[in-house]
Amino acid sequence: MTKYLVLLAGLENEWNDAEPADRERWHQDHVTFGREVGSAILGGEALDGIDTATTVRRRSGTVELTDGPYAEAAEQLGGFYLLEAPDLDQVVKWCALLPEIYSIEIRPCIQIEGLTD
Amino acid sequence: MIQPIEAVWRDEWGRLLALLVAQTRRLDLAEDALADAFERAARTWPEAGTPDNPPAWLLTAARRRVLDRLRAEAVAARKQPLLAVEEQGGERADDVLRLVLLAAHPSLSEEAGAALTLRLVLGISTADIARLFLVPEPTMAARLTRARKKVVAAGVPLAIPDDDVLPQRLETVARVAYLAFTAGYAPGSGADVVRADLAGEAIRLVRLVRGTGRAAAGNAALAALLALMLLQHARRDARVDADGGLVLLPAQDRSGWHRSEIDEGLMLLAELTGTRGAAVDSALAAEYVLQALIAAEHARAARAQETDWLAIADYYRQLEDLTGSPVVRLNRAVAVAEAGDLGNALGLLDGLDEALPHSHRLPAVRAELLSRAGRHTEAAAAYDVALERCENEPEHAQLRARRSALRLT
Repeated sequence: MTKYLVLLAGLENEWNDAEPADRERWHQDHVTFGREVGSAILGGEALDGIDTATTVRRRSGTVELTDGPYAEAAEQLGGFYLLEAPDLDQVVKWCALLPEIYSIEIRPCIQIEGLTD
Repeated sequence: MIQPIEAVWRDEWGRLLALLVAQTRRLDLAEDALADAFERAARTWPEAGTPDNPPAWLLTAARRRVLDRLRAEAVAARKQPLLAVEEQGGERADDVLRLVLLAAHPSLSEEAGAALTLRLVLGISTADIARLFLVPEPTMAARLTRARKKVVAAGVPLAIPDDDVLPQRLETVARVAYLAFTAGYAPGSGADVVRADLAGEAIRLVRLVRGTGRAAAGNAALAALLALMLLQHARRDARVDADGGLVLLPAQDRSGWHRSEIDEGLMLLAELTGTRGAAVDSALAAEYVLQALIAAEHARAARAQETDWLAIADYYRQLEDLTGSPVVRLNRAVAVAEAGDLGNALGLLDGLDEALPHSHRLPAVRAELLSRAGRHTEAAAAYDVALERCENEPEHAQLRARRSALRLT
């Protein structure tokens, strides 16, 4: 079994600016996803907008804060799931249940020795 | 004559590797071990004689090599990532299909998938794959390493997907195979016009995939692609003259075309387009069918003058509707001109410059059509643009000859 981080990227405010019927449909997609994937979901959250983001960088001994996300891009991270799956095909199959508004990035997690799970 | 070891390599590489990968769950290890076993065979068989069961000999040698490597790794206490493999017992009939679907996985770029598939499924050397795709060998080696790593780390499984996904995955295999095929016919920047032998390996790949079971055998895109490649590849020998120069279709000696391959392609095509044939229900299959129909028109004409250009122009029109490709429109313009309608042909070229800003074929075609229309001054200007963009030596020479044949006042 491999852990996969499923990153949900989309246009900022697409969800907030949408018609209520669309929002309800997308919400139901997440509910279906949750039901189908079940206990293979190890975690997941929806994120607040990029105007609430703070980027921290350590530069020559000082901690530097910047207002905003780490990368300016048309699509921004809006939420994530952490899943456990036997393989990539399974994750792709599950991701097909999620709302069509996202670009979904699937990243396998690696185990690092010395860090407790 | 094919040496026994080469025959075994051609027939058995993919099956043996699929088996080793399933058992070891280690792509790198299995591939190295099998290559090693073949090397050992090449050293020992000529003297000791070919064993009674060559594949079994190779499998045993490869397994021994795997065990050696695993022991060495255990001593070094390094844990390597394992491939995602379904639980299984012994060898299965569709093992090779699993390997194909792993190598031609849609999570890889088509270029990487094509290279990895040729390497893993057909056992083609990195040097030959590099030659096919016109890149330096170290570049191809790095591309293959990256692809192997991605497959293992991302968890691409050695498995047959569900029935609702399988047809789509087989179409990815078709795309990857066609990419390898067209790479073999893409003109290089030097005088190496045809890497046709390597292009032919794409045909071998599709045959092998179609032989893995009902789903692959019944896949319309794979069938149409096989027909298309057979019809085009049948012309390979007539494409090159004694000096290695490129011979274009109208000037080719048609007695040099491989008739049996053409017949096979036509038969496959008839099955696809006939009433009782499998329904061509995918856009990709429809695209390959139309391209194959075009190749079939050329194959049917006993002489270049007998080509049915009206039929070809109509297939190109359908193909353009389907794909919206500017290259298809360019080919359509050529067909329309060959069918005798110069005015419409030149009109079809309008607006293509934006879509094909670096193409030397577009100004070359325009020059040819203008020259046929007697507009020699404009033709010369178009040839100049084409010559500036063309990097292929044989084609450059042909363009120069055509330009100097113009009557300029």
